[in-house]
Amino acid sequence: MSNGWADDFLKRNVLAVQEFTNLVATSLRLAFSPPRYFTDTLLQMDVIGFGSLPIVLLTGFFTGGVLALQTYRTLGTFGEVGLLGQAVSLSVVRELGPVLTALMVAGRNSSGIASEIGSMQVGEQIDAMRALGTDPVRKLVTPRMYATLIALPLLTILSDFFGLLGGFFVSYYTAHLTSAQYWTSAYQALDFQDVIQGLLKPIFFSVVVAGIGCYFGLRTRGGTEGVGRSTTQAVVAASVLILVLDFFITKFLIGIKFT
Amino acid sequence: MDSAAPTPALELRHVTLSFDEKPVLSEISFQMDHGGTLILLGAAGAGKSVLLKLIVGLLIPDSGDIMVDGENMAGLPEALWHPVRQRMGMVFQEGALFDSLSVYENVAFPLREAGGKEEEKIERRVREVLDVVEMEQAIDKMPSELSGGMRRRVSIARAIVTQPGLMLYDSPTAGLDPVTAHTITVLIAKLRDVRHTTSIVVTHRLQDGYALANFIYAPDKKALVPAPTNGAKSHSPPTRFLLLRDGSIYFQGSGQELAHSADSYLRRFLA
Repeated sequence: MSNGWADDFLKRNVLAVQEFTNLVATSLRLAFSPPRYFTDTLLQMDVIGFGSLPIVLLTGFFTGGVLALQTYRTLGTFGEVGLLGQAVSLSVVRELGPVLTALMVAGRNSSGIASEIGSMQVGEQIDAMRALGTDPVRKLVTPRMYATLIALPLLTILSDFFGLLGGFFVSYYTAHLTSAQYWTSAYQALDFQDVIQGLLKPIFFSVVVAGIGCYFGLRTRGGTEGVGRSTTQAVVAASVLILVLDFFITKFLIGIKFT
Repeated sequence: MDSAAPTPALELRHVTLSFDEKPVLSEISFQMDHGGTLILLGAAGAGKSVLLKLIVGLLIPDSGDIMVDGENMAGLPEALWHPVRQRMGMVFQEGALFDSLSVYENVAFPLREAGGKEEEKIERRVREVLDVVEMEQAIDKMPSELSGGMRRRVSIARAIVTQPGLMLYDSPTAGLDPVTAHTITVLIAKLRDVRHTTSIVVTHRLQDGYALANFIYAPDKKALVPAPTNGAKSHSPPTRFLLLRDGSIYFQGSGQELAHSADSYLRRFLA
């Protein structure tokens, strides 16, 4: 008994979530048995990690800078400009560093992965791979998952640092704080909980970035138009999922006290 | 008197497949002897490519048996298909070469995946098969630098590099000019007659089917010569034709029977 479009809509989306979860779980599990494609993983680390470095550093730097600019005015009304270092460091390390880095990497790499794998799918290369005895998930998805899992936390750390650097330039030249004032308050404001939050998020986000890209790539149908569609859907889905996940991770971690 | 007939290279029994309640193939049954050739004909959408994908395990039938060398493959889990696929070679419609790899890497791919071979052995084998398809000069090129016919030939090289006994060709001459199409047909005949591979050829071009049925490859002339017709024993079983219509077998028989058929659909198809 069909209940119409709502029924189909729900079924389709539940199926999509199920297939996505299955793909992610399988790709992570396959690394624990041979054959393993180390070379492919290294190559992907170069493409995803090193390739994203310029935009991630730029994003981090200007985000830190604009955050300092905006916060400076507010802090000025309370006469607490000295807290600028703290303000920048807490926002960048807890939130903006992980989230904006993940969004930049998703924009660049979820789309790249989806279009590359999507083109292979419509060109029957995935079928050819299977017919030649190679598991496409093991060969294509697992390397990308692990490459992103390694690269994204590292990119986030660098982005955080450049964010603090951008905040420093504004603090030094606009707010006229000394270097010691800024960096000391920035460093002292952070506690273990903030750092954990800032590093745990990239781990979840990397699963989203690589998993979404591979998922949409593998289910591409319909020639070049299909590849374009998959690419767009991958970026949108990854970005939305990162933001939603960020909310829930933050809520969850706030409730846990690390000493 | 033979105690038992030899096991067919391939046998399908009542194979049926539907996509979303739409029947794509129903009750497909046929068998092929080792070294034989099957020409698979049919209008677009009749289910020819689907049938090839079922044989190589890319799709799972809803019911029926697919016997490869006497072993039933239908419904086998993906993990167990690996050794079976080593014995089969599939050539996809547009070649399906991996476009980020060179010709050499494409052809070496199945050997690398099988593992355990040194680089010199791999290189030797790759050059050997590229020589068979006459593409050795393109060994370092990328697929994007090759013409359609050249890509098809490299794709055949990649399919035969593990020396499979069964070759599946999905529209190998589609979209090619007549001269290149003939070159591919000669290559298929060469693999059949020199290496005795069992071959299934999906084609829209009837003349390719008739060429494979009525001619054999002569290694000394490097060309096709008419097959012996009068009692002289050819070392390959006769070529058979199978025509699919809307997912069912409409005709199964020899080229002669097809050419002389009085059936109206067949006459329209052959015209």
